[in-house]
Amino acid sequence: MAEVKIGAYVCKGCGLGERLDTQALAAIATREGKAVFAKEHDVLCSQSGVEMIRKDIEAGEVNRVVLAACSRRAKTDAFHFDTVAVSRCNLREGVIWTQPDADEARELTQEMGEDYVRMSCAEVKQMTPPRPNEQAERNRHVLVVGGGISGLTAAVEASRAGYPATIVEKGDALGGWAAKLWRRVPTRAPYADPRETGVAELIAEVEADPNLTVYLNATVTRTSGAPGRFAADIATESGKTVTENFGAIVQASGFTPYDANRLPEFGYGKSPDVVDQLGLEKLARQADGGPIKRPSDGKEVQSVLFIQCAGQRSQAEGHLSYCSGHCCNTSIKQAMYFKDRNPDVDTLVLYTDLRTPGKGEDLYRSGQRKGVIFTKGVAREVKLGPDGLQVQFRDLILDQEVSVDEDLVVLATGMVANSGVDIEASLQKEAPNGEQAPASQEVSVLNLDYRQGPDLPHLVHGFQDSHFICFPYETRRTGIYATGPVRRPMDIAQAIEDATGAALKAIQALENAAQGRAAHPRSGDLSFPSFHRDGCTQCKRCTVECPFGAIDEDEQRYPLFNEARCRRCGTCMGACPVRVIYFDNYSIDTVGQQIKAVDMPEESQEKPRILVLACENDAYPALDMAAMNRVGYSAYARVIPVRCLGSVNSIWVTDALNGGYDGIMLMGCQKGDNYQCHFVKGSELAHDRMSKVYDTLEQLQLEKDRVETHEVAITDIQRAPRLIEAMAETVKRVGPSPFKF
Amino acid sequence: MAKKEYMFYPGCSSERLASASNYEISAQAMCDVLDIRLNEIPDWNCCGASIGYAVGGELPRLALSARNLAIAEREHPEQDIVATCAACWLATREARDRLEEDGVLMREANEALAEAGLKYEAKQRVRHMVEVLIEDVGYEELGRHVKKPLSGIKIAGYVGCQTNRPFGIEGESFENPKYLDKLVEIMGAEPVEKYDKKVACCGGALGFSEPEKSQALIKDIVEAAYDGGADMIVTPCPMCQLNVEIYQNQINKKYRTKFEIPVLYYSQIMGVAYGKTSKEVGLDGQIIRARKLEELAEKG
Amino acid sequence: MSDLDTVMVKKYRNNFLKEVEANVEEGEWVKMCMQCGVCAGSCPLGPYWEHPPQEIFMMIRAGKRDEILRSSSMWMCTSCYNCIVRCPRELPITHIMHGLAHYAERLGIAPKQNPTRKFARIFWGNLTKAGRVNEPVLGVGLYFMNGFKEGIRTTLKMAPVGMGMMKTKRFNPFAFMFYRGCKGKKDIHKIIKKARELELAKAAKFGG
Repeated sequence: MAEVKIGAYVCKGCGLGERLDTQALAAIATREGKAVFAKEHDVLCSQSGVEMIRKDIEAGEVNRVVLAACSRRAKTDAFHFDTVAVSRCNLREGVIWTQPDADEARELTQEMGEDYVRMSCAEVKQMTPPRPNEQAERNRHVLVVGGGISGLTAAVEASRAGYPATIVEKGDALGGWAAKLWRRVPTRAPYADPRETGVAELIAEVEADPNLTVYLNATVTRTSGAPGRFAADIATESGKTVTENFGAIVQASGFTPYDANRLPEFGYGKSPDVVDQLGLEKLARQADGGPIKRPSDGKEVQSVLFIQCAGQRSQAEGHLSYCSGHCCNTSIKQAMYFKDRNPDVDTLVLYTDLRTPGKGEDLYRSGQRKGVIFTKGVAREVKLGPDGLQVQFRDLILDQEVSVDEDLVVLATGMVANSGVDIEASLQKEAPNGEQAPASQEVSVLNLDYRQGPDLPHLVHGFQDSHFICFPYETRRTGIYATGPVRRPMDIAQAIEDATGAALKAIQALENAAQGRAAHPRSGDLSFPSFHRDGCTQCKRCTVECPFGAIDEDEQRYPLFNEARCRRCGTCMGACPVRVIYFDNYSIDTVGQQIKAVDMPEESQEKPRILVLACENDAYPALDMAAMNRVGYSAYARVIPVRCLGSVNSIWVTDALNGGYDGIMLMGCQKGDNYQCHFVKGSELAHDRMSKVYDTLEQLQLEKDRVETHEVAITDIQRAPRLIEAMAETVKRVGPSPFKF
Repeated sequence: MAKKEYMFYPGCSSERLASASNYEISAQAMCDVLDIRLNEIPDWNCCGASIGYAVGGELPRLALSARNLAIAEREHPEQDIVATCAACWLATREARDRLEEDGVLMREANEALAEAGLKYEAKQRVRHMVEVLIEDVGYEELGRHVKKPLSGIKIAGYVGCQTNRPFGIEGESFENPKYLDKLVEIMGAEPVEKYDKKVACCGGALGFSEPEKSQALIKDIVEAAYDGGADMIVTPCPMCQLNVEIYQNQINKKYRTKFEIPVLYYSQIMGVAYGKTSKEVGLDGQIIRARKLEELAEKG
Repeated sequence: MSDLDTVMVKKYRNNFLKEVEANVEEGEWVKMCMQCGVCAGSCPLGPYWEHPPQEIFMMIRAGKRDEILRSSSMWMCTSCYNCIVRCPRELPITHIMHGLAHYAERLGIAPKQNPTRKFARIFWGNLTKAGRVNEPVLGVGLYFMNGFKEGIRTTLKMAPVGMGMMKTKRFNPFAFMFYRGCKGKKDIHKIIKKARELELAKAAKFGG
């Protein structure tokens, strides 16, 4: 783009005109910020204000815009100018709402406002509107891996929305485990009786839909590309491999039932009359509405005992440590198989905590009403008695050991995710309880042609990582959505809901890719990373640290960006030791120049400066909300939003230290297993990198207290300002930075 | 305002020379002021009270109440039945509700009633006197009749159990009903705020059979009133009144306390506020005399 | 795990639950308990229950017939109804406890020496005799329910209370000899007799 022509617009609305000398702010924009002009307006977000800006842009008067008004999170519809670079100078939330409305505070408030104007002008000077993305491609076809209830639902939902889908199922039939059930738990009021599974109808819908293609006995042997241009090799039943292109992928690879042979204490494998829940479904299907018979001798079952949490929610070796969620409701449903037909059959459910999610509480009550007996207790052993099984358990309410005779015992075992190869296994320390994934996990589901490995990363217990806390579908491989029990244990109703969401996310991803736009959380962002080839040392740090596997290497080992895989977090930019990576609208300079633009008072003025680099996802909104609640913080703080702490390059910190800042704070999201970082690894990487900054501090003979890294949640409305206040106290205590001029 | 009429079920303890005779006297005095006419159910019988279950069982117990209900229905089917005693109200209302809901029980109860030539159809409502005051008269009207505000008297409103549970007063919570405090306030006295034994149990009938256990409960009820700075305790229940008043001496001996707090019925303090004399509201029926109230009542 | 401690087979079956459902007031609610224990925590005499209500519900399901019916637990109920209003499953717990006590009494296996049981018997006898409670007779019956010697002791202990009641005209000494009660006491006797007949006819027989 040609000559830089900055137009600054200073709003006087929302009290800005009264609290700040806007004339002085405008003067700073032109004099120091080199704006071609600065205009004041009574209400900038009003139609007339917006119109004024638009006219200036259209007339070619300006090609960079500074909006000195409210936070970038406010009035986004009004202030939407997509042909020019825009910097939002946050005078409202960032200044007047965080500072006391008092005469004695006026000077510092004005200084704060002036600094933010300088910073915005400096930022916008370094920005250009994003260029069009040359890699953008549209492919409306969705690949669904797995033909169980989740996969079928995802495919049907995609098709209903007008997007064709292909199902690849490794087994010889559609429907997965759900197709093997006799009945499923109720989904409609009064949630009292088992209902038809509906799987046959769903399969029929899939088979009749010309938009849907099904491969049975097929696997995906290679997946390459990126959203909008995935290519998948499908090894088909006939032995031939076909390659098809897809816009997005839904991984619905489901679960494997826990191997009950690992529970010899409960007699599984020793007596055919001990079954797992799927085993009971099989018996019920065989009975076909008639009396359920025990496998050993065909006798009609008169008494049945359900052992909940069999081999799960246990720290014992070889057990699953987690709760599989559906099993309590399933056992209640299965007890009804007996009670509904013959109320005289004794059904006993042995539980430690009955967990009945969804409308399961109604089902539980219905079970009680039907006479199912629920006993809080722990099963010890299932032995073979003279006429059936002998179950020993401890009744935890009556605090006694009990032995009962049963015709049939059902073990409520858990779900093990079919999540493919654990690509991070070698990096992790061994699971604390020696939990081991079954051998089938050695087989990859997607065979991704990504340098990070063939499958989606796992989070805990072998389930697929999928931004569990905030954005459940998002995985670390853009455009690939994990759904159903591969993501977390769930029942049919949850899987259907989950798969519907995943289908919509897949559609969203492929549409975004078609327009060169980012997926969550910077959805709609058109910028993408580029690099200056000259300076690159081919160190590969960017390729390794990218949480999304977006960066490959070309033949000369330079980074090769898969733009559609990129989530625009800037972690690569933060990682680059030679600072050659940049976005058009976000770079080392857009932030670095802001840091430098702040007017640094001399030591004698006793006005310290605190730099706050705040993650735009949680910390910055938290500070905005604090301002809305008029929770203030030090007037010495200067806050710069960053895309993710992962994008923070340590040069910013060292530059700030050298420039005379007295304190520096990094605010990002929670890291670790319960991470809330919107880019999964960014916050964690920043914390690691900052530990290295402390070496720099030592070299500069600066106090370590001057640099702090915090995990801040979006709800930390009181805490985030308090942290800044605490830093102001620290700066007061350790004294001014020796690097002031 | 037109005279309000109700079928009245006083209950055994309200009989002349019985343990809650002062409740009956004061209730009549209060109703006199409020222009409420109470038509006693002819030849009413005991409701079985809360302890009647043990020997009585279900149907005989319900049938006992059904007799009262049937007689009341025969006399004045258009009038609600009102009870002053918590246990009487509970048993009678429960009988009414159970019979109305359960066709089999209703048929059996009528079969038993037929032995005495009676028949019951559940036409009337069964209400506690407090409900009549709050719902039919209203707080505003109750306040209008106050002639001698009970200023300077602090009162712990002890609601107890059976006026409060399981039925309770419409719109009030089980854990912290406010109506008694409101009545106290309207009469010009100061309610003890946060009286934390407000809905605690006094032991009920177990006051007789398990005196040690019950008196431990009563001690807490009295102690909390003292802690709140109360001059007296006020209750809507004869069982509560009896248990909390008469055992204070025995509690003092056992726990080395010096309790001597009067325990009154709401109808007594209302009567005094309405200008009735001590005798008219049965203040001479207090074993622990309510001196402050008596002084006020005797003032011209 | 000792064998003595092990409850033998036939427990954890539905048979006693069915007996309770058929014979105990509101017994069909027993199976709906979800073992939260709010009832036990809400009972004013909670600490004195050998088996708190939620445990009793579990015992019924576990088939501990004699242990429950011979227990003094239900006789600790003061009829305060706290458990009822707090039960998240809305079980009429008070009624079930009353019902269990009555069933035990009917079967003749309720604890003989339990004071509340004794008092309840005196009370019922008193009220059904004349149709209304004769308080002085009830009181004396109560004092002497544990025999003559203890009766004298209790009477002496309670004398100040009695004197207080008499002085305040809340006690009628003549009621010992002249208490009329209801006019229709014969009707009342007939009604109760019929009601009892109907109830017993309904009771399912489960032996015992």
